[in-house]
Amino acid sequence: MNLFLEYLKPLFGRMLKGFSVKFVGTIMDLFLPLILAYIIDVVIPTGNINRVLLWGGAMVICSILAVTLSIKANRMASGVARDAVEDIRHDLYDKITYLSASQADQYGTPSLISRLTSDTYNLHRTIGLMQRIGVRAPVLLIGGILMTVTLDPVLTLVMMGVLPFATVTVYYVSKKGVPLFDLLQQEVDKLVRTVRENITGARVIKALSKTEYEKTRFEGVNQGVVDAETKANRTMAATTPLMNLFLNLGLTAVVLASAYRVNAGLTEPGVIIAFMTYFTIILNAMLSITRIFVLLSRGIASADRVHTILHTEPELEIQPLDQKPDTAHIRFDHVSFAYEKSYTLEDFDFALNKGETLGIIGATGSGKTTIIKLLLRLYDADSGSIRINGKNVNSMSLKELHTKFGAAFQKDFLYADTLTENIDFGRNLSHEKIVQATEAAQAKEFIDSLDEGLEHRLTAKGTNLSGGQKQRVLLSRALAGNPEILMLDDSSSALDYKTDAQLRKALTEGYQNTTTIMVAQRISSIQQADQIIMLEKGRIIGKGTHKELMKTCEPYREIYYNQSGGKEIA
Amino acid sequence: MRRGGGKQATNPKAPETLKTSRFYVLKRLWAYLFHYKWMLITATILMVISNSFSLVGPYLSGLAINSIQPGEGEVLFQQVFFYVGLMIGFFVLSSVLEYFMQILMIRLTQRTIRRLRRDVFNKMAELPVGFFDKHQTGDIISRITYDIDTINQSLQNDFIQIVTSAITIIGSLTMMLIISPILTLVFGVTIPASILLTKYMVTRFRPLFKKRSVKLGELNGYVEEMISGQQTIKAYHQEENMIERFDEKNNEAVTAYYQADYYGSMVGPSINFINNLSLSLVSVAGALLYLFNYLTLGGVSSFVLYSRRFSGPINELANIISELQSAFAAAERVFLLMDEPSEAKDVLDAHVFDQAEGNVRMNKVNFGYSPDKMTIHDLDFEAPSGNVIAVVGPTGAGKTTLVNLLMRFYDPSEGTIELDTVDTTQATRESLRSSYAMVLQDTWLFSGTIFENLAYGKENVTTEEVEKAAKTAQIHEYIMSLPNGYQTVIDQEGLNISQGQKQLLTIARAMILDANLLILDEATSNVDTQTEMKIQEAMQELMNGKTSFVIAHRLSTIRNADTILVVRDGRIVEQGNHEELLEKEGLYSDLYHSQFELSA
Repeated sequence: MNLFLEYLKPLFGRMLKGFSVKFVGTIMDLFLPLILAYIIDVVIPTGNINRVLLWGGAMVICSILAVTLSIKANRMASGVARDAVEDIRHDLYDKITYLSASQADQYGTPSLISRLTSDTYNLHRTIGLMQRIGVRAPVLLIGGILMTVTLDPVLTLVMMGVLPFATVTVYYVSKKGVPLFDLLQQEVDKLVRTVRENITGARVIKALSKTEYEKTRFEGVNQGVVDAETKANRTMAATTPLMNLFLNLGLTAVVLASAYRVNAGLTEPGVIIAFMTYFTIILNAMLSITRIFVLLSRGIASADRVHTILHTEPELEIQPLDQKPDTAHIRFDHVSFAYEKSYTLEDFDFALNKGETLGIIGATGSGKTTIIKLLLRLYDADSGSIRINGKNVNSMSLKELHTKFGAAFQKDFLYADTLTENIDFGRNLSHEKIVQATEAAQAKEFIDSLDEGLEHRLTAKGTNLSGGQKQRVLLSRALAGNPEILMLDDSSSALDYKTDAQLRKALTEGYQNTTTIMVAQRISSIQQADQIIMLEKGRIIGKGTHKELMKTCEPYREIYYNQSGGKEIA
Repeated sequence: MRRGGGKQATNPKAPETLKTSRFYVLKRLWAYLFHYKWMLITATILMVISNSFSLVGPYLSGLAINSIQPGEGEVLFQQVFFYVGLMIGFFVLSSVLEYFMQILMIRLTQRTIRRLRRDVFNKMAELPVGFFDKHQTGDIISRITYDIDTINQSLQNDFIQIVTSAITIIGSLTMMLIISPILTLVFGVTIPASILLTKYMVTRFRPLFKKRSVKLGELNGYVEEMISGQQTIKAYHQEENMIERFDEKNNEAVTAYYQADYYGSMVGPSINFINNLSLSLVSVAGALLYLFNYLTLGGVSSFVLYSRRFSGPINELANIISELQSAFAAAERVFLLMDEPSEAKDVLDAHVFDQAEGNVRMNKVNFGYSPDKMTIHDLDFEAPSGNVIAVVGPTGAGKTTLVNLLMRFYDPSEGTIELDTVDTTQATRESLRSSYAMVLQDTWLFSGTIFENLAYGKENVTTEEVEKAAKTAQIHEYIMSLPNGYQTVIDQEGLNISQGQKQLLTIARAMILDANLLILDEATSNVDTQTEMKIQEAMQELMNGKTSFVIAHRLSTIRNADTILVVRDGRIVEQGNHEELLEKEGLYSDLYHSQFELSA
């Protein structure tokens, strides 16, 4: 609910204008039957053809006004809905973009997607429709009630006796409705997740002949959505018949009361007949208002989901400046970090000078990637500090921090666009830089073999590239900005040795000033590094140059012998 | 700077005009409703009854008023009480009926939607993998959520409206015909006018509604893609840039919505206008008729009353036209997806592999993802049962394509692939695929427990089997370190499971399968060499007696292969075992030696 107020407030002026236009249009619409009655009751009996035509003309004018004003008002309402939703979606996407990695994980990608899409569609629908029915109905309701008051205030009071019941119904149903629609949206999250999993896992599912199983699984999810929606709609379904009942009972009470009043000579039978006519208007208006509340329940459920995200307390806020004099370019000072309970990194400590290369090697799950994530401040260290040029990364602005890096991750992200766009990645790099980067990343050869070269379009997730080609494009992206710090997380795993060697050569020759952190499986990839860290279960078990480690670190030596095919090649 | 990612996703093939014609969409939607014809009929009957009841109320109140009519001191209380009692009865009954009708409609709608959703999903499950390589995930999701929901809303709300309006229109029309056929003639002009105008507008604005669905699909596609890439976007400080692009997509989507609304909202008031106009016409004409003595005053008055009655439902109908149009546009997109060609059906009497021996032969296989660009040329080789075939070669040489062909994710353009001398296209896909165990570089885990993920490929797996596989894949210890062990739920994003661990999980999953053929496509690329060595033995055991296809860059892992195929540009350039190939001093020996060269 707050969300609506928040985003519609700046648009109140426009809404008001729209409402006024709609109001006048509605009045014009209401004039028509009045004129009509006038023609039949007054004009026709006079037998004056000219007056008949005159009033007929008046009706036409009213009709024209009604149509123009209605269309105008509808358009204004659509405009308001468009602008409100555009803002809500923008802010939501903006917020999601700046959620910390752990916050985003907590909501889960499917839920974030459905909040940005399904929920905002609901909001759009609600805001649009609310404005359209929202004026006419109250106008008719108030107008109708006022007319009955002029007829017989006592009877009006009798009829109004049902209003408390109606109010309670609407209140109760919308109170029950909102959580039910919230449950529905949660089921929609599951639906999105299942569909998404089935798309990303299409190959595996087919390979394992699990198609039927997935169909059954989806059946369950589908049923979940259907059940949730049925339950929510069922609750809402009671409103209209109940409203109908209350108002009609009110009418019955009016008839009964008027029987006494007429008998007592307090009112005329004719008045009751007129009362009936207005009653129909009041009834329809009430039903429309009920519909608004039903609509609103769904809208509020979605609005609350959006609101939750918008008001998530930002994590990883920029801390006050924390700078120490430091000769090292990158320093991890006794850093410990855990995703959940068990330590992922413990007492991790190293310093790297400008232009140096750090190689990290270690078993699967030993925390190699975590180091990179911490340096990027995707997470905050639990203890210890991480510094670049002596400045704690948690005291740097995102811009200051993140423009330092070129990074290629293990399962990195390519999107449906040209190669140039994928490499440039919004940084507006010059064509030469991009070409240079593709050369260093050993991507130039395959790119040149493509008909469109760098303008070759990738499909979503880069599925039209081979694994090795993808890695080369990602490497190009990491290199293209001539970054201050280059981070390569196992990003040559799909390259053959020869290409890997050429890549390393290009790196040492062309990027001397770049401080590099390289996670690798092959010792040959990091053998030349100025410093190599061997990790085991989040702890450093060896640190030094290749030569030093060969002497001091038994596990390192073992790996080396295994990888070099048993021979020692210097 | 502009991204046009959704472009190819929206209209995968030139839509045949026949298939998108309004009539065709309507027919298909109707087919869905028709499944529940009894509910539909019951609902319609309930609607007719409750509509008639709504007329009984006023009639009874009229009678009650008549009893009040005599006036002061003369009111016939007995009768008043009687009618009031009847009124209460009818109102209660009518509300109850209405409630049941609503419930019935909810059921009907939900069942129809469930069926529609199920059909879309089942279709998705049968689409070739190539479809997902080419289409944006978010756009597909949008069809199964937003588009279907639009149909849902329309069914739920508009169907009742249409039937109710139709009943009122027919009723009023009949009454008008009885009162004055001549005056009906006046209306006879306005009805065709309304219909023509509606038809004109609906046809004109149709593309707008289509665009609205398409643009929402594109926005969805963008959102899905970008949220998946959050980490990279942050690392490159591209948040603002991506927000800007989002804004563009968002703007396109809301503008498309607005455009459809802008014009769509004309329909209602315009029809209303025609109605009002005709009302004016009728009044004037009625007055004239009265003046020339063709009609009584009472006749004019009741005729006007009925024609107002008549215009009410027409207006309401006109007002929901834009809803209907959205629903149609959405249905069109849903049906387009359903009409995508599935994987070709298995041939009649297709061979079913049961415990295949594992003799694989490729005969002069040619293949290209698009017909104008061949990826595989004249591929010819034999993999006898139990052999290990390694495939090496530079990136983009077509190694993974080979896997795609073996698994029949794609079929060759020319040539045949045989398994146990049976042309694989002559066998059921399912039996062929279950003959293979496959581990891909691109790991896939779903949201479920670790146990479920490991046991995914085989039914009725025991805990022991799963744990044994996990132990051999060197992942058991890690699993046990998690708070809930094998019952730990992994989110697909799986934040604290490293890429290497994911690969080990997928390997464990493959180890549980009893397939006689094995495909390892860069299965251990993100696993460290020590762990790899530890599972090597298990892998050897796994490969034992199985025909195995291994794609790997670490040549150490393929040294022991029976046959090594060296592929370049989709052709086999060298073939033989490790020693033979080294002797040849060709591409393989180059690749092999380069791993020991240093970059100094």
